[in-house]
Amino acid sequence: MTVKELRERLDLQILSESDPDRAVTGGYAGDLLSWVMGRAQSGDAWVTIMTNRNIIAVASLADTACIIVAEDSAVEPDVIALASEKEINLYRSPLNIFDLCCRVGSLFDL
Amino acid sequence: MTPANIAGMASLKGLTLLALTDHNSCRNCPAFFEACNAFGIVPVPGMELTTAEDIHLVVLFPTLEQAMAFDAQIHPRIIPVKNRPEIFGNQWVVDGDDNLLETEETLLINATDLDVDSAIELVERYGGAVYPAHIDRPSNGMIAILGSVPKDYRFRSVEFNDFEQRDRILAEQGLDCITLCSSDAHDLGRINEAEHFLDLEDEPYSSALVRRRLIELLKR
Repeated sequence: MTVKELRERLDLQILSESDPDRAVTGGYAGDLLSWVMGRAQSGDAWVTIMTNRNIIAVASLADTACIIVAEDSAVEPDVIALASEKEINLYRSPLNIFDLCCRVGSLFDL
Repeated sequence: MTPANIAGMASLKGLTLLALTDHNSCRNCPAFFEACNAFGIVPVPGMELTTAEDIHLVVLFPTLEQAMAFDAQIHPRIIPVKNRPEIFGNQWVVDGDDNLLETEETLLINATDLDVDSAIELVERYGGAVYPAHIDRPSNGMIAILGSVPKDYRFRSVEFNDFEQRDRILAEQGLDCITLCSSDAHDLGRINEAEHFLDLEDEPYSSALVRRRLIELLKR
């Protein structure tokens, strides 16, 4: 499944989408960036409510397929600009982390 | 812990300068000033501010008036949950003799809705110094939450819980900052001995001058 397909099926809002054809191979959820950076896997759709600009660095470092900001958590324009600059797919959803993860899981038949 | 017994304990420990940094509140700072003055200790008004990211920042002001004006800005920004004293303890505001003035109803340990950038801007608008608290701690430390102390924040100072990992953390983060080791005491017994020092020019001596020099030293 590509990031674009995931975005369409979960009805995600696009904040930045530089690489829509990137393959999504799994999911990860977490907000403590020091924790996430060592554990999220390459290709994961990462679900979080954290919107500090360091999420872009962590997504780069962990090579996640995209970031999905849950519960419409506010994202500052400079974070969106940084996502575009670093070519990080950044989406947002009104769903909470649990509901989003359930939806992601159902797409992977988990 | 009350302002008067904090000042009394600090005096026994030989501390000459003392900051009160309650979570998201400066409301006991007027009493704290009275209590410190009685013991000849330089009081520094402040707050341990919790940002929207759950990061703790130490905020210090050169005057009580600036601290109280800042407090008035912060109070409505705390996520509104009522305190439950049986779980979190009493949140009393007292006078200089530890008499109860009022009980704070909003749970102060909660986060505010200010992100780090907005918090820094607000502190500086009120003339204060701001730096990340206990960056060596897993809970509410900036490194634990953000993975780093981002260079963009241009902090001049950082606080450690202890200096055990200071050199390693500074090297890893590429930080060239003033390092503070504060007791972050939540009970009287944890107030540190007078073993950490800052050099401040204090002539002609006044408590207000020492505070001003301290803020000048620590601010960005």
